[in-house]
Amino acid sequence: MTAPLAYTIQEQQFWLTTERAVFWEKESALILSDLHFGKTGHFRKNGIGVPHAVYKEDIQRMVDLISFFKPKKMIAVGDLFHSKDNLELKLFSKIRANFSKTDFILVKGNHDILENHWYKKNGIEIAHQHYCLKGFNFVHDPTEIPENNNSFYFTGHLHPAITISGMGKQILSFPCYYFTEYSAILPAFSKFSGTAKVKKKKTNRIIAIVENSLIEIEK
Amino acid sequence: MLQKTKGYQIIHEWMKAKNFHPFDFQEACWDKILKQESGLVNAPTGCGKTFSVFLGVLIQYINEHPDAYQISKNNRLQLIWISPLRALAKDIGRAMEAVLTEVNIPWKVAIRNGDTSSDERKKQKNNLPEILIITPESLQLMLAQKNYSENLSKLKFIAVDEWHELLGSKRGVQVELAISRLIGASKNKLAIWGISATIGNLEEAKNVLMSPLHKKGSIIRARMDKRIEVVSIIPEEIDNYPWAGHLGIKLVDRIIPIIEQSNTTLIFINTRGMSEVWYQSILTAAPQLAGVIALHHGSIEQELRIWVEDALHSQKLKAVVCTASLDLGVDFRPVDTVIQVGSPKGIARFLQRAGRSGHGPGEISKLYFLPTHSLELIEAAALKEAIKEQKVESKTPMLLCFDVLIQYLCTLAIGDGFQPETILKEVRSCYCYADITQEEWHEVLLNITQGGIALNQYDEYHKVIIEEGIYKITDRKIAMRHRLHIGTIVSDAMLKVKFLGGGYVGVIEEYFISRLEPGDTFTLAGKNLELVMLKDMDVLVRKSTSKKSKVPSWNGGRMSLTANLGKMLRQTFNKALIDESEIEIKSLHTLFEVQQKLSAIPRDNQLLIEQIETKDGFHLLIYPFEGRQVHEAMSAIIAYRIGQIIPISFSIAMNDYGFELLSDQPIPLDYRNVQEMFTTNNLLLDIQKSINSAEMAKRKFRDIAVVGGLIFQGFPGEHKKSRHLQSSASLLFKVFEEYEPNNILLRQAYRELMEQQMEEERLRTALLRISNSEIVLRFPKQLTPLAFPITVDGLNRNTLSTEKLEDRVRKMQQQLDKN
Repeated sequence: MTAPLAYTIQEQQFWLTTERAVFWEKESALILSDLHFGKTGHFRKNGIGVPHAVYKEDIQRMVDLISFFKPKKMIAVGDLFHSKDNLELKLFSKIRANFSKTDFILVKGNHDILENHWYKKNGIEIAHQHYCLKGFNFVHDPTEIPENNNSFYFTGHLHPAITISGMGKQILSFPCYYFTEYSAILPAFSKFSGTAKVKKKKTNRIIAIVENSLIEIEK
Repeated sequence: MLQKTKGYQIIHEWMKAKNFHPFDFQEACWDKILKQESGLVNAPTGCGKTFSVFLGVLIQYINEHPDAYQISKNNRLQLIWISPLRALAKDIGRAMEAVLTEVNIPWKVAIRNGDTSSDERKKQKNNLPEILIITPESLQLMLAQKNYSENLSKLKFIAVDEWHELLGSKRGVQVELAISRLIGASKNKLAIWGISATIGNLEEAKNVLMSPLHKKGSIIRARMDKRIEVVSIIPEEIDNYPWAGHLGIKLVDRIIPIIEQSNTTLIFINTRGMSEVWYQSILTAAPQLAGVIALHHGSIEQELRIWVEDALHSQKLKAVVCTASLDLGVDFRPVDTVIQVGSPKGIARFLQRAGRSGHGPGEISKLYFLPTHSLELIEAAALKEAIKEQKVESKTPMLLCFDVLIQYLCTLAIGDGFQPETILKEVRSCYCYADITQEEWHEVLLNITQGGIALNQYDEYHKVIIEEGIYKITDRKIAMRHRLHIGTIVSDAMLKVKFLGGGYVGVIEEYFISRLEPGDTFTLAGKNLELVMLKDMDVLVRKSTSKKSKVPSWNGGRMSLTANLGKMLRQTFNKALIDESEIEIKSLHTLFEVQQKLSAIPRDNQLLIEQIETKDGFHLLIYPFEGRQVHEAMSAIIAYRIGQIIPISFSIAMNDYGFELLSDQPIPLDYRNVQEMFTTNNLLLDIQKSINSAEMAKRKFRDIAVVGGLIFQGFPGEHKKSRHLQSSASLLFKVFEEYEPNNILLRQAYRELMEQQMEEERLRTALLRISNSEIVLRFPKQLTPLAFPITVDGLNRNTLSTEKLEDRVRKMQQQLDKN
């Protein structure tokens, strides 16, 4: 793990990681989005042989983050799971049980279609549209942020990526954190996920994940 | 003796009554057919190639049933006629039915392709006709039916029409596999007959087809020379800065008189997108043609396509704007004029399109060539020369296509299931898989049963299962998905284009869309559309009034100049400003002058290199005239080698004439080190290194991922349910690269790249030629006529960098600060 980057929002200290998760220091909360656990399993169960190893890496990354930060809470801002129940989720359950000191909170995303008792059984607290902690809000889809609000929202859903271009028609694209004054769109945690392009504007700040470093994109 | 047989006499009688006379090659073919031999007929369209095989089959049947041939009905399937195109099938079926009726043989002919209704399919399943005309995809589907082998009890002949068109493609491999299965499943001795236009490697073409029979077979050639006349349409004003696609439409007024003076004209356009544009432009220029002009391409609705084909036969149309969809041997008799818009990129294709006009032996085929940019006139001059010298290209057969094999095995698994030992023997009998190793076969089986890697306790991969040694697919959903999938071998990963407010526009390649950003404008179905967003597998658009619009590059746009034509092209440049006896060369006089003044005209014993600085950066332009494919490989190697001198990043563009390496920093290349860049030393190592850094396999992987079943495009009308199973080829490529680099399909992408593009021998030959050439290094003050079309081509750029990613990002950010 490379050193996280400090980022202040409304006088609170947050840490951005290259592992696609944010740590909220004061509340000891790990915030991530679009983990899509079980996606490779869903594909494979349906006869599409994508590498199982992506899932293992994703889940291992989550384990590493929890072991490193030892958070009290883990807040998933939607799409924690990809589809229906499958064996890959059994692995998740097993790992979840190992971290009994951490509360898991899920703000349901469009992919979170499991039965409620499944979440309950696995010690995952469910927030249907909206979760709030110490004045900070969590919703899955950035378009669901109410207008004219002045409290802060963490969101996901979009899988943001920034494209930068330079001299000589060079173009590069990276997953990124997308911040405005009152909101954040987190990068998709799962490596088996596509991206949507976002643009750098005067009113936003974009932190790109360039391999093992975080670089703020100025222009 | 052939002539003494009853069958021959009856057929001969029939021909005589129609005032036909059998050609020597037809009789030669009939003779072989009676001897139960197999082979390949080489004949141009319109010379009775269909009859050379079909009538032979009838003669054989009459001889075998001299008394009953007019009475006996329901004789089960006798002949499978594989035809690559739907348009062809109808035409041939009609011709066959006419003969059968007149000779009074109560055989039935049925057509099976993607357009055949499911009712009709069911009828065919229970009661197969004597003759089945079928596409390679539908033949695969037939093998996916239970008990298909019961239908083969009387099968004697397999004919493969337009074999030159299938050879060298994955559909050709499908045909090889299907033939091996038909031979394996049939109890009779089958004879196989291919029909092919002239290609450079006819002998090999025959060997591929004969391979599953373990026989040599023979080639029967029709000695019929067709005279071809090529007329270039010379623009009144020659643009000194040619821009691909930019010129053509301006010449629309010039083709109206040609259409009007002709009976029926076919206008061949290289891409579907441009064909739409042309259709509209012709109608605007000549509104009187409304109703007698039509559009025909692969993405057009089936009903409309059939209507166009029928109308062509019955002479109701004055002109049809078409793509390769009408390329093959359809004999539309009323057609007397052909216009080719843009370079056909190859001699064989050009000859074939020319052959669409002036049918019948002795007639002259006349073809008008309309350039889409001025430099294409040089290609026309080169083509004329090539036709004189009859330098027709070869079609290289594809080898070890694991994606097609995986698809085929799943197909068999849906039907009766298969036993690996039996099927491996058959698969090995195919030319494509003759060298498959035991390990590779094992990997393919693992891929379909375990999804590649070994099982672990959290994995539930489910596709093919093994029951008592038989490999089967029993899951209905997986079977259905696979059936829908078989047809996708021809097409790329295609996305549906829809309006935001609803309404279907057409389909478009994922690859093209992936390079656009929301807000960009592109053209489809003659409309300018603005990309709003990509949602699942749908491209959502709204109408746009923007004038700047990108035209999708379908396969036609990506076609590469063949090596033969490249050589002719280099020689044609020798004539520039020197020998202006040909109108094409003469009309480019001022363009050549500008090129000469700014830089130099490359002659065939030279290699021209230009270094130009513009606001975009530092351009290095190299002109080997080897065709886009070779340039793609060579540019990556040169970029890689320069990158060994200093860390540097390149954006690479290419066309058929040359390639451009563009960088944000000066490129360290001069007379002192230029020779080293083209050395053949360490070539193989440099090829491998440059392939990896240029991500070139990514594009190959797109097709492989579709054929190999990794990309599922969704059930028609049942979209939502399968949404959780969708992913893009580029994401899959990334994931496999990182997590399963040894995957058999990923490895195939690299192998295809090595064989088709980065082929060491071809590159070595090209590099050797260059090192024996005089290198002409120039530093023009501005872009030259040769450079211009390469640098403005925004699409299809490759990248290669030897800098650290982090450094690149920081540098790009600093550059922005300065501006």
